[in-house]
Amino acid sequence: MATSSSNSPALLEIAEVSKSFGPVAVLRSVSLQVTKGEVVTIIGPSGSGKTTLLRCVNFLESYDSGSIRIDGKEVGYRDSGTRQRRSERDLAAMRAETGMVFQSFNLFPHLTAAGNIMLGLTKVRGKSNAEARSIAEHWLGRVGLAHKADSLPAELSGGQQQRVGIARAVAMEPKILLLDEITSALDPELVGEVLAVVKSLAEDGMTMVMVTHEMAFARDASSRIVFMADGGVSAVGPPKEVLAAETTNERLRTFLARFRASHF
Amino acid sequence: MGYTLNFNLIWRHFDKLWGGLLLSLELAVISIAIGIVIGLVLAVWYVSAGRVVRTIIAAYVEFIRNVPLILLVYLVFYGVPTVIDLAYSAPTSFVVTLSVYSGAYLVEVFRSGLEAVPRGQLDAGKAIGLTPWQRLIHVRLPTMLRITLPALSNTFISLFKDTSIASVISVPELTYGAQWINFNTFRIVEVYLVTTAMYLVTGYALLFALRLVERRFRAAR
Amino acid sequence: MLSQILYALPFLAEGFALTLWVSLLVVVLSLIAGVLLGVGLVYGPAPLRWSVRIFSDTIRGIPILVLMFFVYYGLPAVGLHLQSFWAAVLALTLFKTAQVVEYVRGAVASIPKGQSEAAMAIGLTFRQRLTSVIFPQAFRRFLPPWINGVTDAVKGSALVSLLGITDLMQAINQVIGRTYEAMPLYILGAVIYFAVNYALSYASRRLERRFAFIRD
Repeated sequence: MATSSSNSPALLEIAEVSKSFGPVAVLRSVSLQVTKGEVVTIIGPSGSGKTTLLRCVNFLESYDSGSIRIDGKEVGYRDSGTRQRRSERDLAAMRAETGMVFQSFNLFPHLTAAGNIMLGLTKVRGKSNAEARSIAEHWLGRVGLAHKADSLPAELSGGQQQRVGIARAVAMEPKILLLDEITSALDPELVGEVLAVVKSLAEDGMTMVMVTHEMAFARDASSRIVFMADGGVSAVGPPKEVLAAETTNERLRTFLARFRASHF
Repeated sequence: MGYTLNFNLIWRHFDKLWGGLLLSLELAVISIAIGIVIGLVLAVWYVSAGRVVRTIIAAYVEFIRNVPLILLVYLVFYGVPTVIDLAYSAPTSFVVTLSVYSGAYLVEVFRSGLEAVPRGQLDAGKAIGLTPWQRLIHVRLPTMLRITLPALSNTFISLFKDTSIASVISVPELTYGAQWINFNTFRIVEVYLVTTAMYLVTGYALLFALRLVERRFRAAR
Repeated sequence: MLSQILYALPFLAEGFALTLWVSLLVVVLSLIAGVLLGVGLVYGPAPLRWSVRIFSDTIRGIPILVLMFFVYYGLPAVGLHLQSFWAAVLALTLFKTAQVVEYVRGAVASIPKGQSEAAMAIGLTFRQRLTSVIFPQAFRRFLPPWINGVTDAVKGSALVSLLGITDLMQAINQVIGRTYEAMPLYILGAVIYFAVNYALSYASRRLERRFAFIRD
């Protein structure tokens, strides 16, 4: 496949996925492969289908045709031919294989920081409370919030909440981490602390697919960048190639020019 | 078991229900009209008054809200004439009760409406040199009424349903008509089916109409 | 006059006990039925959702009094014989249930979609999402309006007097029938109802504050 960067088998394999909301096509036959340990960043103008694609990977959105496989297993459907949805139980098990961090954090407000992380560990992974607690404390330490284990989300800043969000996702030891514009809702001065956590996870070899508007971060942290436009993959490659000012891709050039004008 | 529906007797006495429905509506309309006056006056007074007046108004509101309507209806119809030398008919007595009752709910509605009027509007009123009285009439009340319109509609619909309580002092409204037919024809299921339908159709038609009026008001501004 | 009222106090107390008993039954039964139907309204299959919607809109669209007469006189007509006490409790419960259904719907609807999605993303099943994420949050939003509505049940219970059940309202009317002291007894009754409901709404405000720790 032209979009694959290496010869090792793909961990995530998105093949010709299409989706429409009514008459509007949001994804047009999107294909993308991600190998283990890669950090793939999806950029593109709003409405280009970035977030929708990400949400298809853990089946928060269904798609009309094509297939998405993780480790060779179809995500949302029993098999891509019949397009029969997986049972609720199977879907939950598949989703536990991916982690997701949301733009709006979506922490559970009735649970403490540790409680947020422990919920999946106890209910899905079947760990004891004590074990879950120690894993939660470990990850809270990793994101620099060991002292906030017993704080409720409402008592945390946006940046702290998002770091708990990341800890909640990675504590499940997912095969892939999906990051959906995770700094867009943050005040500018809080963006750095969150990106630092993502960067350290990348260095540990966590496979990640992220949607972001932080171009500088995308350039530094990504193995590959995917540029989406009008629901399709318009360009894909190493950051240096895709973000090069002299690209021949017309749409990409406009996007980058507009981006530079407004952000630098 | 084996109950067969037979609506003939209901239609023969339908004037009892139809007349009852009209009276129910009349009672509700008069009561909310008086209730609005009570509510407005007390709400405006409340927000500008001192501790004593506020306490008295709050006591009125709390008292009415925490006592069953049926008891208030009895109290006004059977109780009050024993201590005050006043003679009034059952419908009048009921209108008095329901007005005082709705007034208590509307004080709350209007009070919170008055407090929801943005400060900036009042300042703008001051800035163009309106007197306090002019500010109330031309700025505060119109804005407050628009804010409170949905709550007013809801109050009216529930008052319409509350008029059924008037049957306990033999006011010949819709519920009374239903009981009359119930006791005189024993077509029990039929009469309550028809009565239920009449309350439902009227109630939802009113609600629909009032929502249209609300939308008009919003669009007109 | 005072001695007559004092003489009637034990009788009034019995009526008052019945008022509390009816209210308690209605509150508990409608809570159970309302929560079940409310969850059905939000998460059930379409036929169930429609049935609950029609039930709730119908019940809330008619006066309680009409509902009570319908149940009390109508059920025997179709061959179902209930004691008047239970007919009254059934009617009041139906009415209250429709309210509880709406509180449940409102509470669940107020939980942002992101909460479900976050719960899905960590692999919780539908049932786990409800029990661990949605319901604990919805509960805190359900509680204030529900507790406020308890006073409605107490006030509504006064209507059972019309079915010849000797609750506080009926006891007052009966004592007036014997003593002709209408005004003092109605005022006494009003004060008792007021005291109970005011205490309830005071307690509800306290509880509301205790559960208000979730900021929006």
